[in-house]
Amino acid sequence: MKKENFIWSALKIGLTSGAIAIFICLIGMVDVFSKRDVVEEVITLGQFVLLATSVMAGLLASRRTVHLLGREKWTAALVSGLAAGFISGGMVALLVLLGDKVNLRAIFLNASPVLYELLTFGKGVGNIWVLPLMGALGGLLGGAYLYLPGRISHPVNRGLFIIVFMALFAGLFRVIFINQGPEMEKVAKYLFGQTGLTKAGALIFFFGVILITVFWTYRGAAVRAGVARLPKAGQVSLRVIAIALIAIIALALPGVSGPFISQVIVTVALFILMGLGLNITLGFAGLLDLGFVAFYAIGAYTVGLLTSYGPFGLQHISFWEAIPIAVLVSIAAGFTLGLPVLGVRGDYLAIATLGFGEIVRLLAGSDFLSPYFGGPQGIIGIQKPCIGVLEPFVKMDVPRVCHPIWTGDFLFLKNITIGGELGTPQTIYFVAIAAALLVAFVAWRLRESRLGRAWMAIREDEDVAEALGINLIQTKLLAYMLGAAMAGLGGAIFATLIGSIFASSMQLIVSINVVALIIVGGMGSIPGVIVGAIALIGLPELLREISEFRYLLYGAALIAMMLAKPEGLWPSQAAKRELHHENTEAQL
Amino acid sequence: MRTNLSERLLDLAVSVFMWGFRVLIVAVILIGTISTIQAGKYTSEQWIDFVVQGISQGSLYAMIALGYTMVYGILRMINFAHGDIFMTGAFGAYFLATWLNNTGFIDSNPLLGLLIPILFAMLVAAGIAMLVERIAYRPLRNAPRLVPLISAIGASFFLEYAFRGFFGPGVYAYPPINALDGEWQIFGIGIQKVQVVVAVSAAIMMAILYSIVMFTKVGKAMRAVSENKDTAALMGINVNSIIVSTFAIGAAMAGAAGVLNSLLFRQINFMIGFVPGIKAFTAAVLGGIGNIPGAMVGGLVLGIFESIGPSLFLEGLGIPRPYQLKDAIAYTMLVMILLFRPSGILGERLSTKKA
Repeated sequence: MKKENFIWSALKIGLTSGAIAIFICLIGMVDVFSKRDVVEEVITLGQFVLLATSVMAGLLASRRTVHLLGREKWTAALVSGLAAGFISGGMVALLVLLGDKVNLRAIFLNASPVLYELLTFGKGVGNIWVLPLMGALGGLLGGAYLYLPGRISHPVNRGLFIIVFMALFAGLFRVIFINQGPEMEKVAKYLFGQTGLTKAGALIFFFGVILITVFWTYRGAAVRAGVARLPKAGQVSLRVIAIALIAIIALALPGVSGPFISQVIVTVALFILMGLGLNITLGFAGLLDLGFVAFYAIGAYTVGLLTSYGPFGLQHISFWEAIPIAVLVSIAAGFTLGLPVLGVRGDYLAIATLGFGEIVRLLAGSDFLSPYFGGPQGIIGIQKPCIGVLEPFVKMDVPRVCHPIWTGDFLFLKNITIGGELGTPQTIYFVAIAAALLVAFVAWRLRESRLGRAWMAIREDEDVAEALGINLIQTKLLAYMLGAAMAGLGGAIFATLIGSIFASSMQLIVSINVVALIIVGGMGSIPGVIVGAIALIGLPELLREISEFRYLLYGAALIAMMLAKPEGLWPSQAAKRELHHENTEAQL
Repeated sequence: MRTNLSERLLDLAVSVFMWGFRVLIVAVILIGTISTIQAGKYTSEQWIDFVVQGISQGSLYAMIALGYTMVYGILRMINFAHGDIFMTGAFGAYFLATWLNNTGFIDSNPLLGLLIPILFAMLVAAGIAMLVERIAYRPLRNAPRLVPLISAIGASFFLEYAFRGFFGPGVYAYPPINALDGEWQIFGIGIQKVQVVVAVSAAIMMAILYSIVMFTKVGKAMRAVSENKDTAALMGINVNSIIVSTFAIGAAMAGAAGVLNSLLFRQINFMIGFVPGIKAFTAAVLGGIGNIPGAMVGGLVLGIFESIGPSLFLEGLGIPRPYQLKDAIAYTMLVMILLFRPSGILGERLSTKKA
């Protein structure tokens, strides 16, 4: 075998990274991201992303060189990092030169003068040498990073991470802080600018995190030992305090953060409900259902039809009465859709359920059933949940009035209201969180139950499970029904949150998202579902400003995740063991 | 004995349900068809039109389905991004064809003006598919089955939105080929030229593909790898390169289908691959997944059913705007096939472990 040359590998890494950088430019990311800053007046997000490709190239190339030649050849490592970064930046420069001569815009929409302006820092083609130079500098930095000792690189890492993280969410934090009154507004304006962190904010976060990390590295063990030395009662009360803190934060969050974040959290909670449901069918019982949105739709439509004061309302009952009915209807749907596919296994099951999901959506949205389900116009005017007394239904298109349980003064508190209509995302938040907690508890108890073990036996091997006396039909049907119940509950809350249902919001993509969040979180793991929902649904929702690239990044993240950590972010113990086992098998 | 009885009752309930399901579907089709024919709303020419439309659409499904079937046959993996490969081919051809059209080349050389974009689309699609395979699938070849499926879903999103980034969310119109306007009289029936050209080109491509798989060394190696990877490797076959060429050939077919689709519908957008991709997968399952002639038959059957189904048996039942349920017919067929004949029309029964 020919020995790999470090120059050749640096060249290869540089070319790949250059290709990625050009890709980033051409899809318009640089353009859009340049409107956001990481640190105001210092570096825009677009520049940061481009620089990051060079730094990564330098880092990888140096690491490769170290791997080939050994750590002591540091000049070679740094040179290869520099070269990789230089090539990477040079390729972007070539793009600008090419774009200057040929009209690339006829094909690539984003190869516009605006992009070239940005890439040459507004100075035109004459300034083109800056790009490879910056690239080389970035590459050198990447290479040098490799030689930093761990106790320095580790805190720096965290510091950089917190800057990027804070910068991405700067707008969000700013709004939250400003909402808290004039004192906090000053703080907010000091830390966060309109489009990113201020210089002062960046420094504060960077060094703050570095201090904390350094402190934890040197003193963390002592703190942990201190906690361990506490008497048992003390440990319990520490835990109680922690839980109480989390509960207080959870209760105060909607009031503090405003409707947008509440809405995002509710959406995440709904996906957690669906995820926990599918986690039963897929994660526990191993039955891949790609039409899971059908149950969500059924729950939503049931609540819609039962509570709507619009033209399609049937019963005009309250949300609380409709919820158990929606869950029951979903269970029945899980039974009817589960029954035919009992004998279908593996990929075929995935495709059959995909078919069912699509049929449900197409029927609900068709003119054929529009007299019942509203067709493409959907069902509107869904009654919001009411805590208190709901006045009877008067006439169509007039929402029913909700009277709170009690209003008045209590001691020194004036004008307090108990109950009332849960009409805003901030209030439905509590319903969604309560439902998610309840369902998580049910899922956890189910997993530890006899039924849960039967599901896992089926997941591992159907035939063996049957031979051990597990009734396949009953166990599988229960998996479908319970999974459907949880998704139906999610759909029911969704209906009342949005206030209207359209068949077009029940796309296949929702089912795919749910499968993806389970896999990313870790199959069969309940905390995994929560982590997965936050990562795949919550973060992209919060980053609405860069929503153009949401699915692009989502796709890339799915691939990267499968390559790097296929067992998920928070895998269950069994999955960890299994994957480990399979790896060793593959090596044999 | 109590559990035994309840188990038997459950079994009975399941089979009654399944039979009820079959009877329901057959009854819908029969009653609908009879009342449509009695009503006599459509002339025989219109029916022929429906069938021709179905054949041209179905041959596209068939071409895409080949890629699914070949990859599934070898890797037992649903290549979810395959529909988007179809889209990349359409985009590639669009830019070349627009340029050729502006130079007047398509008007002076209609045949080459059709062929060159098709070849280019095949190259683009094959290139992208090879890249996707290298990055997203190859490292996962020994992973549990869901892992490559999720990676494929990721690749699908990535391709769609990368193309949205490159070319924007707008709809592009494929340049018209004037020589394909109008109708041809075949046995006294007027049939649109485009539809004939699409169906014939698809048939030629599939014939070429079939002969590659059946009569060349690569094809033989592909069949060997799909039979048993390890044994094939022992026989001196480079399994990796065979898998790559399977992806490339399947993608080339999808790319060509992308161009033919653009000729038929004239619209190109970053999402055009999604629905045809799922339909083509349906077609592949319909014909028996892993089975190449099966994919072709499945595509045609699906296309024809979709095209005549709404008018034939849904309209007779008094369903308004039955063409809205065209896709529902496709999915119902898919579900029926999976439930009652999972091996597909032409397939052999896969062992349940494999499926």
